[in-house]
Amino acid sequence: MSPPPPNVGLFVTCLVDLMRPAVGFAAVKLLEDAGCVVSVPAAQTCCGQPAYNAGDQADARAIARQVIVAFEGFDYVVVPSGSCAGMIRVHFPGLFAGDAPMAGRARALGERTFELTQFLRDVLQVPDVEAEYRGCATYHDGCAGLREMGVKEQPRQLLAAVRGLELKEGEEAETCCGFGGLFCVKYPDISERIVDGKVDDVLATGADTLLGGELGCLLNVAGRLKRRGSGVRVRHVAEVLAGMTDGPPIGDP
Amino acid sequence: MEATTRNFERNARKALADTKLQEALARLSHGFPAKRRQAIARLPEFEALRDAARDIKNHVLENLDFYLERFETRVGERGGQVHWARDAAEARSVILKICQDAGARTVTKSKSMVGEEIAINDHLEANGITPVETDLGEYIIQIRGEPPSHLIAPAIHLSKDQVAESFKEKHGQFPKDRSLEEPRALLDEARTVLRESFLEADVGMTGANMLVAETGTVVVVTNEGNADLTMSLPRVHIVIASLEKVVPTLDDAATLLRVLARSGTGQEITVYTTFSTGPRRPGDLDGPEAFHVVLLDNGRTTMLGGELHEMLRCIRCGACLNECPIYRAVGGHAYGWVYSGPMGAVLTPVLIGIEHAGDLPNASTLCGKCEDVCPVRIPLPRMLRHWRQRQFEGNQASAASRYGLKAWAFLARRPALYRLVVGPGVAVLGALGRRRGRFRRLPLAGGWTASRDLPAPEGRTFLALWRKRLAGRP
Repeated sequence: MSPPPPNVGLFVTCLVDLMRPAVGFAAVKLLEDAGCVVSVPAAQTCCGQPAYNAGDQADARAIARQVIVAFEGFDYVVVPSGSCAGMIRVHFPGLFAGDAPMAGRARALGERTFELTQFLRDVLQVPDVEAEYRGCATYHDGCAGLREMGVKEQPRQLLAAVRGLELKEGEEAETCCGFGGLFCVKYPDISERIVDGKVDDVLATGADTLLGGELGCLLNVAGRLKRRGSGVRVRHVAEVLAGMTDGPPIGDP
Repeated sequence: MEATTRNFERNARKALADTKLQEALARLSHGFPAKRRQAIARLPEFEALRDAARDIKNHVLENLDFYLERFETRVGERGGQVHWARDAAEARSVILKICQDAGARTVTKSKSMVGEEIAINDHLEANGITPVETDLGEYIIQIRGEPPSHLIAPAIHLSKDQVAESFKEKHGQFPKDRSLEEPRALLDEARTVLRESFLEADVGMTGANMLVAETGTVVVVTNEGNADLTMSLPRVHIVIASLEKVVPTLDDAATLLRVLARSGTGQEITVYTTFSTGPRRPGDLDGPEAFHVVLLDNGRTTMLGGELHEMLRCIRCGACLNECPIYRAVGGHAYGWVYSGPMGAVLTPVLIGIEHAGDLPNASTLCGKCEDVCPVRIPLPRMLRHWRQRQFEGNQASAASRYGLKAWAFLARRPALYRLVVGPGVAVLGALGRRRGRFRRLPLAGGWTASRDLPAPEGRTFLALWRKRLAGRP
């Protein structure tokens, strides 16, 4: 008898929910293809990063509590974003420093929380995906996914199985794109300089597509690419892995 | 030095528009980090050394009183003297008194960030004593009247043409039509000028990279040898150091040296690493007659045991500056005071008050690269968040961002209400943006659209579509 399929709660993230539901459906497809039962709790809004990074601990804590309550019944929490996954896994426990039972629940949830490609590779050990993409792509490592969650090889290993796709590494793939949540609207001049560096690096690879696992970064870099008149297509890695690239790339009609 | 930290945004804009500065920052961004990576690749045990370095500093901070007293005792046994300074003003008066007692007219200095922190040069000058910086970069910024723009490369913001210009202006003793095209010519001229100061100086002042408790030794690293001439030629040697610089043993010092230069410049070890212990002993061929160590607190003991405790591990290597996307965009002067980059954004608010340095902890994407490269593993992003929390709780964050955040959080904490509000908003933006797929301009989104387009949302939220999908299932 085979073990019961993993019961996965999808934390869709506020940006995917509001801006690009296609990423959420791509994640669902990848998880279901890998044999998971996927649920999407209705009581989710955001992981609380904006409040947390702005120093608003009280609101961050309240939102964290909401996420913990909504998701602790699942075997796993999967997130198509490294920074939201990092928020849950790395930062939630610290928000309940004076509250041992809640801190314990936060830690327990954190241990079962994964970024999407990390979950597919490291937990489910999905060897490859059934997808095709005609193009040459470069990958942007979102900072929190890379440094808090250890997401680096997983998306590349999965992309290697995509037919027709060539992957070219940018020299600055691991360098911040200048998004930084509210940073990019608080310090737009500095953010512009940083995202220009990222755009230059993307263009230097000669790739026609930019992929990444963090929608905030992708909106930022796509927005700058478009402003500079570039035709580089920008997509979330899940869209390509799921073979769901019929809709327009980010920022294109 | 007058802090301009309050003008961070204006400073940053100026820096972004300064093409010479941007060229210099591009050189730095590609230079130091690459050299650091190469140095680390040659040392397989580097990660273990970082742990060891962190542990040494943690141990010292747990037992700071013990090691400082032991250091004081050992310095005394070697014929030197330790002076305790609670703040910058006390440190300045102690140093001035030592200089005056020595009848000093000229004081040579090797680069010291603590010297910058207490603005000792201004104080000496105001009292008729001439301080001469002998580190080339520090000398350049001294004659230009600028603060350092980097922990270990104080004049990194300048091009050689700018340096040549400053030399022509300052060094009237040389022919006006001399060529200063070549870096070598600049170096030779500085050396000629500085050599005289070395010989004239009555007092030599250095900083300290470490203070060794078991021996009373002061460790100073340079790449120019200027600290050696500063401390061995004049009659009096004054060391100015902040008190967290103490380490237990020479072995510990060696461990820290192994991560210091690799992290900062990518060198295995700096060209000069000098251990000096007390004044000249009978029979010594050279060395100072008097040896003073001024130990500065200046708010550091208030960090012990608190949220910023681990910042006291910092060994001032500069790696976090070199790798920081913000520092690389605007350079050190934009930060407006002595310390810059991530370490400055954490430390400056302690030293001059968060109310004077409010932008510093906020001007960060929290990308985490600083913590990633820190040789003593200081959790800098966590500390930047700590300052933001202090500001938020002290109502120091801007009203607009506070109310905006509160309104958003109000919704985010009420999923049902949130759905009612975001659904129509997304639908409107989706409809408006469908034709082009993005917006060039949008009311209230000027911060975003000033420099980039805003990709349009699809028009329905994922959760609404998901509900529909579930309803469509048998």
